[in-house]
Amino acid sequence: MFTVLRCVIYRDLLLASRRWADVLTALVFFVIVVSLFPLGVGPEPNLLRTIAPGVIWVAALLASMLSLTRMFAADYADGTLEQMLLSAAPLGAIVAAKIVAHWLVTGLLVVLIAPVLALQFDLHQPLLGTLTLSLLLGTPVLSMIGAIGAALTLGLRGGGALLSLLVLPLYVPVLIIGAGSVDMVAAGLGAEAHFLLLAALLVVAAAFAPWAVAAALRISAE
Amino acid sequence: MNWASWSDFLAMGGYALYVWGSYGVVLGLLVMEIVLLILRKRGILRELMRSAARRGLQ
Amino acid sequence: MMYVTPENTTAGRDRFVGHSSWFRYSSPQTFFPLAGKLAPWFAVAALLLAAAGLYLGFFVAPTDSQQGEAYRIIFIHVPAAWMSMFIYVVMTFWAGICLTFNTRLSGMMASALAPTGALFTFIALWSGSLWGKPTWGAWWVWDARLTSELILLFLYFGFMALQGAIDDPRRADKAGAVLALTGVINIPIIYFSVQWWNTLHQGASVSLKSAPTMAATMFAGIIVMVLALWMYSIAVSLMRVRSIILERERDSQWVAEYASGQT
Repeated sequence: MFTVLRCVIYRDLLLASRRWADVLTALVFFVIVVSLFPLGVGPEPNLLRTIAPGVIWVAALLASMLSLTRMFAADYADGTLEQMLLSAAPLGAIVAAKIVAHWLVTGLLVVLIAPVLALQFDLHQPLLGTLTLSLLLGTPVLSMIGAIGAALTLGLRGGGALLSLLVLPLYVPVLIIGAGSVDMVAAGLGAEAHFLLLAALLVVAAAFAPWAVAAALRISAE
Repeated sequence: MNWASWSDFLAMGGYALYVWGSYGVVLGLLVMEIVLLILRKRGILRELMRSAARRGLQ
Repeated sequence: MMYVTPENTTAGRDRFVGHSSWFRYSSPQTFFPLAGKLAPWFAVAALLLAAAGLYLGFFVAPTDSQQGEAYRIIFIHVPAAWMSMFIYVVMTFWAGICLTFNTRLSGMMASALAPTGALFTFIALWSGSLWGKPTWGAWWVWDARLTSELILLFLYFGFMALQGAIDDPRRADKAGAVLALTGVINIPIIYFSVQWWNTLHQGASVSLKSAPTMAATMFAGIIVMVLALWMYSIAVSLMRVRSIILERERDSQWVAEYASGQT
């Protein structure tokens, strides 16, 4: 089974590397959205420092959503998805591998860029680290929950907007806990509880999401 | 009895806008829901009759 | 195979027919007339309970010392909020049955419940807003409960939008079911995280719960209104599922006979 996982991850990364533009588009979108907020609320440093975690987290949510349709659409279009449904390897495992590959080219890149963007908001060290760690724990959950939405809306008209409507309400707990962790540290309190909760969400999502995505894929593709 | 008169009841101690604004909208929405359902059923039946007539079953 | 008829599915052949009288009604064809007979009874019950509840709320329950007459909105706000969550759970239950047993009627029932649930959620939000304005001074307060209701409304919209976007009714049923199940697991998580967020960011919890001591009559009024809304939602869902059955089964013989019999 691990050969299957390795192959699927490698294949998805290879395909992503041939379409760098798609990967970068979502990333540039992330950067632009984060930059829009200061333009909207004014450059006052205290205000920006306050809204920074929330803004970066919301932008991470939106950027994650932009890239979700890519997860299954290409495979669905060229028939690979059907092969995956028919394969001997458990569909849940294949799906988990696809989610990991997707996170590597979306969520991970967001985690790497976020600290740089946070500097734009004059966020200082303990907060930077907290923000990055919260994103590191949270973006995989976003990919997993998003995969459920992507599988359900496979091939539907109005795909992107519909996907957002389905997935954003489910993202709310991750957003609250993730952005809240930075606020806790900013207030001088520890964020351990938040990290534990994020880790718990990660574990629960990892347990539940592959099964749900597999079920949704079977429903959508058959 | 809480109210000395009908006008007291309607005035709701000065909060008439909020109380009747709530209950009025709720009543309107519930009535609308029922009306829409009745129209939906009528629409289906009309469509079924039309397709039956087209197929010459009538 | 687009049209599911009693002749070409095992569920349609109703393996339980003849074994148990209740499973006889798991076929849309047999449930249709039953729903038609039951709906008026629930409607009457709803009207009577609503009359009793509103009487309790307006004429028996005393005026609140802190909020004056504005608090009387509670008799529609709280029942609507409770029912909006209850209906989501029931909807998810039927969706789960649809996914597990692959029956048509359970999927139709889930679809029938959604609009009423969404309506109650909106009513909770609307009445909550109108309650908040005189009590807390703002049309919208990020109270944990109201915010959770808002997210619940989005979950309902998502469910209805997903089903609306899928043409094949069986795929729509099952996709909606997966979404509803994902949502129902999330609802407690959403509620607790919003509650946490609310208490962290606002010192004193701005809560739309009424005064700490609730008179027994107030509580009774709320409970009766909850029952009234429950009866209403059953009546309306039965009516709606009848329309859904007619739409989905439009190619079957019994629907054609029913339609010609109606005119």
